Amino acid sequence: MILVFIEHKDCVLNKTSLEAITAAQTIGKELSLPVAAVIPCGGECGLANDIANYDIAKVIVAKNEKLGTYTPDGYTDAFAEIIKKENPKYVIMAHTYQVRDFAPKLAARFGKEVVGDCIRYKNDSGKLTFTRRIFLGKLDADVTVGGDAPYFVTFQSGAFRGDNAAKGSATVENVDVNVNDLRMKPEAPFQEAKASVDLSKSEIIVAVGRGIKSKENIAIAQGLADVLGADLAASRPICDSEWLPIDRQIGSSGQTVAPKVYIALGISGAIQHIVGMKNAGTIVAINKDSEAPIFDIADYGIVGDLFEAVPTLIEEIKKAKG
Amino acid sequence: MKIIVLMKQVANKDAVLRIGKDEKWIDDSDVAFQTNESDGYALEEALRYKEAKGGGEVVVCTLGGQSAKTVIKDALARGADRAIHIVADNTQGMSPFTIAKTIADAVKEENADLIYTGLQSDDSGFGQVGVILAELLGLPHATLIIEVDRESAEYRVKRELESGLYKWFTYQLPAVMAIQSGISQIRYATLKGIMAAKSKPVKEVQANIENFDSAQKIEKVYMPLKLKTTQMLGGGDAKKGAVELVEKLKTEVRVI
Repeated sequence: MILVFIEHKDCVLNKTSLEAITAAQTIGKELSLPVAAVIPCGGECGLANDIANYDIAKVIVAKNEKLGTYTPDGYTDAFAEIIKKENPKYVIMAHTYQVRDFAPKLAARFGKEVVGDCIRYKNDSGKLTFTRRIFLGKLDADVTVGGDAPYFVTFQSGAFRGDNAAKGSATVENVDVNVNDLRMKPEAPFQEAKASVDLSKSEIIVAVGRGIKSKENIAIAQGLADVLGADLAASRPICDSEWLPIDRQIGSSGQTVAPKVYIALGISGAIQHIVGMKNAGTIVAINKDSEAPIFDIADYGIVGDLFEAVPTLIEEIKKAKG
Repeated sequence: MKIIVLMKQVANKDAVLRIGKDEKWIDDSDVAFQTNESDGYALEEALRYKEAKGGGEVVVCTLGGQSAKTVIKDALARGADRAIHIVADNTQGMSPFTIAKTIADAVKEENADLIYTGLQSDDSGFGQVGVILAELLGLPHATLIIEVDRESAEYRVKRELESGLYKWFTYQLPAVMAIQSGISQIRYATLKGIMAAKSKPVKEVQANIENFDSAQKIEKVYMPLKLKTTQMLGGGDAKKGAVELVEKLKTEVRVI
């Protein structure tokens, strides 16, 4: 058995869970293991029947009123009870913010850890090897996991395609689970003061990373953005240092963009940044480190000093535009 | 209020990484090290919490070889009160459960009110040690902390969710918190702080690393497979590259 975790908020699906279903189906097929989906829910789950339309053996709704809102304590208790009952070989989840919050706790309860944020796997006659990015995306590591089942695995968003999840028909099983006292009390979710800049509609983006070195140097990138009619954006460290406001941040904790052209200046390309911009039409990277991971996804790359390249770029663009 | 801050020494972000001979880790013999980024924020937040509460103790704790003393010195100079150095010579590729168990054994008797960690390390990138540690110590935890309410009498933290959402949680203490980068501006060590650090206590304990059957094991480390063919421009000359790029933007991408 493979258990796959279905993430939702008030019975509205988090779509990356479909990627997890695809992952579980793919691995299940290769290892001849049935797949069951697990949905922790506070009551009658409005999502269960939708998930039952996928090609899996069953949908397990782990029910307890304490599961109406996510807490790491509640979800761990609920999921642990299902694992004990089903005895799965693998527990597969999408590597979301919620999963990274509770999955290691769940695994630890079984004396295990998570093989987390995997980008792919391979199967050597039943023995799975998972690939993770390490050193901020600079290197890949092939990883195997020892000991007995269950094995806990999370996949990075995009490792599998959600629309490849095979349709079918599954039974729905409601299980009343025990949840101990919750040691944390959540309040209602909220949005910060609305981002004043919506970069998702930008045609061209000039983004700066740590390679820009100082707040004063931002003006150099702004100069390039101006001649291109582009919007200025940044990677997380720039916004953490308050060199640009947070509404300019691209990546997992900022905005996700897909402009026609994305010019990355002095951005090394940590995974957290790449997930926010990898769908850009054309990616240009200028970085002095030839091994920066940003070059792996770039269409055009310049290895060199951005302080030399950018003024020349501005000059040449002005010339080209006449 | 006693806050333990877990900090890790990692390869410098700008270091050019060479793969080790056995292809299981990097060759770190000539790599410059630094304190893991989010751990620096964890320390800053601990110091600010202590200051806001008008007292208490901030204890920095690191697991590593003698080179990790740099992390400790720096943390003490910034304002931590004392340090615990869990000495282990080889921590390369150590699994998150193993790290968490080793730390749990070493800090259990401190009975801290709070244990802060950075969200994840810039080398292994597990993002699991704090959470597993919490489970091993029987404590509640939270990750992705982007603000701590220092005014409140209760312990209240703001977590970052996806798609620009946030949520406040109130916690029973003791608890373990994994702090997100950018939570507040990190202070510099003052000269006074650097001098004072010299007389602050550093306790060394030998790491008790137990064999862990279910550890994830790195079989091979390698350069990521390229997903795209990148046209490299300029051949190392940035200005020449810029000229070529404008030509490409004109003729191939057609945005100029």
